[in-house]
This record gives sequence, structure tokens and C-alpha cells, in this order.
Amino acid sequence: MAGLLSSVRKRLNLEPGAKSADGDPVVAELRAALSEDRVRYDGAERALLSRDASVFDGGVSGPVCFPITTAEVQAIMKIALAHERNIVPRGAGTGLAGGAIPLGAPIVVVVTKMNKIIEVDEDNRIAWVEPGVVNLDLTRYLHRSGFHFAPDPSSQQVCTIGGNVANNSGGPHCLAYGVTNAHVQALEVVLPSGEIAMLGGLDAEPAGLDLRGAFVGSEGTLGITTKIAVTITPDAPAVKTLLLSFETVRDAANTVSQIIAAGMVPAALEVMDQRITVAVENYVNAGYPRDAGAVLLAEVDGLAESIEIDAERIAQIGNDNNAIEVRTAADETERAALWKGRKTAFGAVAQIAPDYYLHDTVVPRSQLADVLEKIYAIADKYDLLVMNVFHAGDGNLHPLLVFDGRDEGILDRVHAAGSEIVRVSLDAGGVLSGEHGIGVEKQAYMDEMFTSDDLDHQNRLRQAFDPGCRTNPGKVIPIGHSCADIQALRKVPTGVWA
Amino acid sequence: MTAKLQVTDKVLLDFASEVGHTGPVAIEGNRTRWDLGGPGDADTRLLKAPTGIVDYVPDEMTVTVRCGTTVEELHAALAEKGQRTGLPERGGTVGGALAVGENSVHMLGRGRLREAALQVRYVSDDGQVITGGGPTVKNVTGFDLPRIMVGSLGTLGLLCEAILRTNPIPACTRWLQSESIDPFAVSSIVLRPSAILWDGTTTWIELEDHPVAVDAEQARLAAVADVHEVAGPPDLPAHRWSLAPAALRDTAQFGDGPWIASVGVGTVWAAQAQQVVTPDRTAQALAQRVKEQFDPHGRLNPGRTPGVR
Repeated sequence: MAGLLSSVRKRLNLEPGAKSADGDPVVAELRAALSEDRVRYDGAERALLSRDASVFDGGVSGPVCFPITTAEVQAIMKIALAHERNIVPRGAGTGLAGGAIPLGAPIVVVVTKMNKIIEVDEDNRIAWVEPGVVNLDLTRYLHRSGFHFAPDPSSQQVCTIGGNVANNSGGPHCLAYGVTNAHVQALEVVLPSGEIAMLGGLDAEPAGLDLRGAFVGSEGTLGITTKIAVTITPDAPAVKTLLLSFETVRDAANTVSQIIAAGMVPAALEVMDQRITVAVENYVNAGYPRDAGAVLLAEVDGLAESIEIDAERIAQIGNDNNAIEVRTAADETERAALWKGRKTAFGAVAQIAPDYYLHDTVVPRSQLADVLEKIYAIADKYDLLVMNVFHAGDGNLHPLLVFDGRDEGILDRVHAAGSEIVRVSLDAGGVLSGEHGIGVEKQAYMDEMFTSDDLDHQNRLRQAFDPGCRTNPGKVIPIGHSCADIQALRKVPTGVWA
Repeated sequence: MTAKLQVTDKVLLDFASEVGHTGPVAIEGNRTRWDLGGPGDADTRLLKAPTGIVDYVPDEMTVTVRCGTTVEELHAALAEKGQRTGLPERGGTVGGALAVGENSVHMLGRGRLREAALQVRYVSDDGQVITGGGPTVKNVTGFDLPRIMVGSLGTLGLLCEAILRTNPIPACTRWLQSESIDPFAVSSIVLRPSAILWDGTTTWIELEDHPVAVDAEQARLAAVADVHEVAGPPDLPAHRWSLAPAALRDTAQFGDGPWIASVGVGTVWAAQAQQVVTPDRTAQALAQRVKEQFDPHGRLNPGRTPGVR
């Protein structure tokens, strides 16, 4: 929450003073390397980019750059290196863990103008894209040729593929198709040293260490990707979407576990509880039942011959778990409406309260029902409203705490409830994050999951790429385990701090 | 406060003690790919990784296995519950398969090996058991150490335990053979073949799904070419090549002697070794820095370098 980031900044002695009216000395160099209009230093731009889509209050941005070529990104990196300045890469800023919040007055490198689909190579089943290409734009572009980009986070209409790489993004259809890492074959990256490296490759088994795999999901701490070779996935010839409604979330969760146990990996298995379902219906009228305790959206895709069999088995398992209704989307319009409802769920809560805090943890599938019951109890304990909409197939929970930030003391209660949600997930054998990442949100919990030695090894990987820890400093690894980060954050850029 | 992933398994802790913190040391699996990465230093102390399946939860589609366990033993246990992993079966150990990082011949259907490891435990240069990744099927908690460990030939840490993703074994697996089909057209005729192998004349296609779907796919292939069912894939020549899928069309590069290409993947098994491909120099230097971070004294599997064939 707001208080969390403030406390991090206080620990690091990072509370900003008044900004210098003289501006920042690297601005002129950056403008010479890019152009006058693509290096911004006005208060509005810097304020806008001082935060991301998370609930955390903003950091302090230095100059904001909008490069359009790899060479420009390289020039930015070299200027940053020469001036010992920090760098924060940024896509569309849709992250929910504070990963793009600028700490230490960094140069913010926004890649949204690097938005070309460079080449679609059907022979190799890849597309080369720039990092600022919007996720859904690629899928729309590929539609004519019968392919799509499989990772489909809820923000896919606006989030960038560079951001997907940074966060190893998931989405409902990653249950069968895998998360972003499984769909990235090669990356051109500009390292913090200013060098350009090609990580991975299009060949079957690229030689050497899997630096590509290490880079994906590193939350912008290892460098900036400038070109990405992503796998393009053939569209399935047949799709069937089932809507199963239940009296209880437990019945829905048990159905999910039993579908997996039966040897099926559907394209998607998404659950919404009654509260969020009603909100969705009020918002887009997607066709979900308002009176069910929970709904399960199950999608199977593949050959027409096999999805018929799987759809019948899923329906049977649902019925065995007391389904009130099992309905198959009659046509593409109904299917699209159901998915629209699911993917706009977070927008739908605005009618209930102005603020929400969306959590993201993963638990073993068999623990889903028990953990959800504990989450409802935690919300009751703190007198908060919680809604649950989640990727049930892979145990990825998204408890949504809905509140009005103007209520006295509510942020403390939201924060306390969030901490307990994280801890019940860990206690159930789960992990801190399934797709949002650690950012600044969950740094403080990292040593509840990993030992000091484990974190030291994660830091070793970081240091190999970025020995000065200047790229997105203060993220992922807890401050105490990442001394160089503290140095990078404490360094006061001339002209920025009073 | 005890971290959730703190290692308590005495078998792993004893193995870490055996590794110790001085002197060159490496794990010897079943030597199925022993020559990869160059000759190891002769004075390296060779250890066997711990063995045994620790925890298998079919409903979670995960298995915790110690790395000295053979892939065959693991797969036999998983098959009892109708599951398998993406690890290749060729007489080696789980740890060996992960350290080498080579895909199974069925990669199109079972996924890349580098995606199989959800969590790894390895003994570090200073004799500590380190955990990377996590136990769930989806996880972005921190840096992705399993990815950097897969294919690292034990030069960054000595793998002792892994949690692997398992997959259901489809109801029907069928190998087809054809002398008249265009191997590069197969993936536009059938949806998700598990393997397409080609020796320049003959094409082998592995189909996996419900029997009725496999029948339908076979019929679609039979509509454009003569196909017939066979027992399994052909024998594979000794040398493994790594190419982009589109590069397989240039068959002259495979030289004299038999070869089998994995169409849609880019792996080639040939009688001759692949010419050394020069990797990106900056990436190579970066890999060296990773090595120096994880093994500053150069004691882990000295003499070997990932990527050297």
C-alpha cells in the first residue's frame, strides 16, 4: 500500500526534498542522443510516470525518454552509466506490484514508441516484435494467418510484450499454453553496460546458458529488451466454452481439481465468486447467473473430435460436484460475451467502491477451497469486502480487496489483510506471486519463502547482468540482501535532490 | 522465522556435506551425454546425486524427485497414474537430463525441457543447498534460477532435487510413416503432432489424443499421402545438431551419412557433428560473468563449458 512504499523510502533515506529548478544535467545529453521532444522533463510527464497501475504511491522520476531504436536505448544506457544514474524500463505501466515505480530518481525509459511488428516468420513459427507492441495488437495482426500470441493477461488490450517479458506474464489461457517464458525464443537486450546482446535463439537448443530464460520475468532489473522473438501459436480449429454454476466456491474449486486429476488440461479454467459475478453482470451483462455462489468458466480447444469428449467429461465432473447448471456457449457471440465479462472483472468493481487492491498468490490446486475460505475469514476479520476471481486451473488466486481509500484507517486494514492473505497462501504450500511479480509489493515477504542463501543466489544472477544494480533498483530482492541496490538508491543525482 | 523453502531433507544435507566447499567436484550421472561441454578436468572428484522420488501428487501434476533417479524409473512411477514429463528417456538420470537441457524427441507434444523444472535444489560452490523457483505450477517469485540451471552442465551448482511439471499421457499414441508426404506440410494438416521426423525420404509422425481424434488426424493425412502405422520412431544417429526449423530444408549441410531431422523443432541427429556455431560474444561474456558469480573459485565441474559440443 501507500504506506509500504513510504516505509521503504524512509528506510533508505529516500524521501525527496524539493526538486531543483535547474533540471537534470543528463537531459541535454539525452536530448542530443534522441530528440528534444522524446526526452521529457516536465512536471506533468514525470508525475504521470511516477507510478504504475498498482496501489502504491509514486516514486520520483528523472528524465523520461521515449526511444525508437535499439541504438537510442544503447545511448541512454551509456549516458546513464557515465553519470552513474539509475534506469527504469517501462512499458504501458499496467503492472500491479509497483515494478515500474521509479526509485532513486532514475532515467525512465518508456518503450511504447518501439511498437513495430518487425517480421512474422511462419516457417519458424515466430514473430519478431519490438517491446512496445501491445499484446492484443499482435494477436489481431496474426489473426488473418491463423495464429495468435498465447499469453493473454487481463490487461492485454493495453499491456506491452516488453512488459510481458519483464513480468513473465500469464493469463487465463496459460493453463494449457504456458506463460510468457514458454513463448519467448530470443531477445535482443541492451545490458546496463550499454552492450547489446542476443539471448536465446531460433534454433532448437541454443548453445550455452539459458540467459533468455533468466531475463524473462526479471522485472526490468537486468536490462532493456529491444527486440523479441515470440512463438506464434496456431489457432485451434474448434473451441468449446462451458459455464458451470455452483452454490459454493468449494464445489467450483473441487471441480477444477478433479478435472486436472482426470488427466485433462483445458485451455482455461477460471472461477468467479458471486460478488464479482454480480458486479460483472451489472457492468457488461455478459450472461453470468447472478444467483450462483460461484461460476466456473471452462474452455477446451483443439480438434472438434477431442473437445467434444473433454467437454462432456468436464460437465460430468461439474455435475458430480453439485453444479446448479452446466451451459455451453452456443456461439462465438456468447463465448465472447463470457470472456469479456471475465476480462473486465477488475473494471467492474468501480461501481462498488473507488479503490481496490488486487492480490496475486498461487496455491496447490487441492488447497484452493480451504485457502479461499481463509481469505473470506480474513476479510471479515478486517471488516473488508473481498471478491475472488482467479485462474483456478493453476491455483493462481486473485483476491480483490475493494474499499474507499477516503475511509479513515482503511489502508492499514487493507494492508494487514493483504499480509495475512500472502501468509495463508505460503502456509498452504504456495508462492508469493503467479504473474504480477514482486516489484516493491512483496519484497518484504521474500525471506518468508526463501532462505538468505537462496536470495544471495538470486542476487548473484542480478549482479552478473548489472554489477552496479542501477537498472530498476530497489525491486524484487529485499533491500537487506542487495547492498549495491542501496548504494544505487542513495546516490543523489546532482540537480534532482535539494 | 524459518523460510518455507528451507531444506530439511537429511539426504540433501548429507549430499551437501559430501560436496563440501573445497576442491573440484562434479556429479556423474549415467554418462549418456558425458562428453558434452568439453573434457572435464581429470582430478575432479565425481559424486552421485541422491536418488528417489520424494513426493508425487498426480492431482497437482507435480513430482518432487532427487536428481540421481533415472528418468525411466521416474516415468514408470508416473505412468501408473497416467502421467509423464518432458524429460528424454535415453538411460540417463533426472539431474543429467536437466543439466544437459536437451529436449525429448517428442518435444512438439511434451514441451521444451527447459519448461519442465518448477523448482530446483542444488549444492552451491560453498556447499549450501540452494532452492530456486517454487513448488507450484505457476510462479514468478523472484529470479528464475531453474531456467539458468537447466542446461548449465553442473557448472553453476550441483543439482540434487527438482520439482517437475508432469503431463497427462494421452489416451492414444500412434506413429505413422509416409514416403510421399511433404514433412513441412504436416503441421498445417494436423493440429498438434507430438513429433515429425524426416530423413530426406521418409517421414514419421507421432499423433497423440483421444483415439477418435487420432483416427481423424490420420484420415486427414491419408487424404493427401500414403501413410501407414509403425511401431515407433527410427533409430537416431549419434550427433545432435541445433538449427532453426526453417533451416532444415537445406539438407546438404548434414553431410554424408544418415540423418534424421525433427521438423518444426530444428533438432537434427546426424552421422557427422555440427560445425561449431559462434555464439553472440556479448552473451558469451555475460555467461562467463554468471559463472564467476555462482562459482568464483571454479570448482564446479571444471573443464566443461555449456554450449561446447
